[in-house]
Amino acid sequence: MSDLRYSKDHEYVALDGDVATLGISDYAQSQLGDIVFIELPEVGKKVAKGKEIAVIESVKAASEVYSPVSGEVVEVNPELGETPALVNDDPLGRGWLVKLRVSDAGECASLMDDAAYSSFLKTL
Amino acid sequence: MTEPDVAIAAPPALAKLPLDALHRRLGARMAPFAGYEMPLQYESGIVAETLHTRRQASLFDVSHMGQAILAGAGVGRVLESLTPADLVSLPSERTRYTQLLNGNGGILDDLLVTRLPGVEERLLLVVNAARKHGDFALIRETLRPFDFNPLDRALLALQGPRAAAVLGALLPGAEDLAFMSWRAFDFGGAPLFVSRSGYTGEDGFELSLRAEHAEDLARLLLSHEDVAPAGLGARDALRLEAGLPLYGHDLDEMTDPVEAGLGWSIGKRRRAEGGFLGFERIRRALEQGPSRIRVGLLPQTKAPLREGAELYAPGDELVGHVTSGGFSPTLQRPIAMGYVASNHANVGATLSATLRDKRIDVSVAPLPFVAHRYFKMPVGKDAR
Repeated sequence: MSDLRYSKDHEYVALDGDVATLGISDYAQSQLGDIVFIELPEVGKKVAKGKEIAVIESVKAASEVYSPVSGEVVEVNPELGETPALVNDDPLGRGWLVKLRVSDAGECASLMDDAAYSSFLKTL
Repeated sequence: MTEPDVAIAAPPALAKLPLDALHRRLGARMAPFAGYEMPLQYESGIVAETLHTRRQASLFDVSHMGQAILAGAGVGRVLESLTPADLVSLPSERTRYTQLLNGNGGILDDLLVTRLPGVEERLLLVVNAARKHGDFALIRETLRPFDFNPLDRALLALQGPRAAAVLGALLPGAEDLAFMSWRAFDFGGAPLFVSRSGYTGEDGFELSLRAEHAEDLARLLLSHEDVAPAGLGARDALRLEAGLPLYGHDLDEMTDPVEAGLGWSIGKRRRAEGGFLGFERIRRALEQGPSRIRVGLLPQTKAPLREGAELYAPGDELVGHVTSGGFSPTLQRPIAMGYVASNHANVGATLSATLRDKRIDVSVAPLPFVAHRYFKMPVGKDAR
């Protein structure tokens, strides 16, 4: 998981070629609590860095997920419709949200690596 | 991980509960609510805590709520000027649910009133945390010649089908208390007020005692294998499932008790005689039916509807809005409640609701969503 890059809003991306897998960090899922519904974008949707790409509903509240990179949605996690709690159980694995074809891979470089994100969490 | 970020997130003005240290040791995630740092949830989470309450028993710390004693001959009659409940006929050691009303019949707060035993007429009041300062000022002002003493006591709620067995083992006789009745027990030399009441729809008790004894009681109850701590998140889910309105969301100063579905709490004599603030509006609502009513709402999607969502009838007519909404752990589906114009509020009616940039279908449903399981006295046993 060392190739994950994190945003300050607790999203992560894992870049494989020009496709980024996007999800939320373990810290984020623990803060949200029990996740009961996830609104995912349509495949083909274009999203700019920093804009809303999904909405996660926990028992208590709705929270927006912002895309840390710009790109086009090429796939959404088909398991989350039936089992949104996968994001609680395995946020970095089976609980991924969206795959994006990134338009500027350089945007990933400005995100935090594991060590930087761990340090960032300690400041919260 | 929960402790450090909470310490930073909480502004210093927040008050701490008497059991604050215990909550943190139990792994609570604390959140600000009504001026207090409250346990929102513990490690098992809102869904598990809700289900545990429905299946076994949960301990909630509700010490943020306001408790006070009003005393003096005829105090019930005078307090009736602010509430539509029959307080004159309230028997000793019995509890009534009622509302404090403003001059327009709007609800200033909802509260429990218990007539304490003894020769002197004394009423124990339990009010909402966010409203207690205003409530107490109003009561002090209106009932000036009477003794009014806010109590500095912790309040714990033990709720769930196992609550009676657990508490009865600790306080013999508690398991025989009737629903909405009260008794003072002795807990290690300290007076412990026990009321068979709660706000989860389950059987259960509310336990009031001096803060310095509260941790001993909480630890004793939590040491029972059937009891787990539960936070504000579960409490909110439970009361929504039970169709119980929450002040500041489903009840406010613009809302009267009749449209809120609380007409059952208005005393028979009071309906006839009036003599309380806002009687004109309430009499009209009782006679003609309210123009809007509080109903259950079942979204026909998996996405929860939240407070503030607008409700439309066919033809795009705005007919109401959602006042509480979330996910029901017991029913595993979204549930909500809100106010709908009476002519569109029939059970089964289909409305549409705003959800972000979409409209979703919602059906009007009866309340409660999860049946109440309050204690019923076995036939032949004396209610007390």
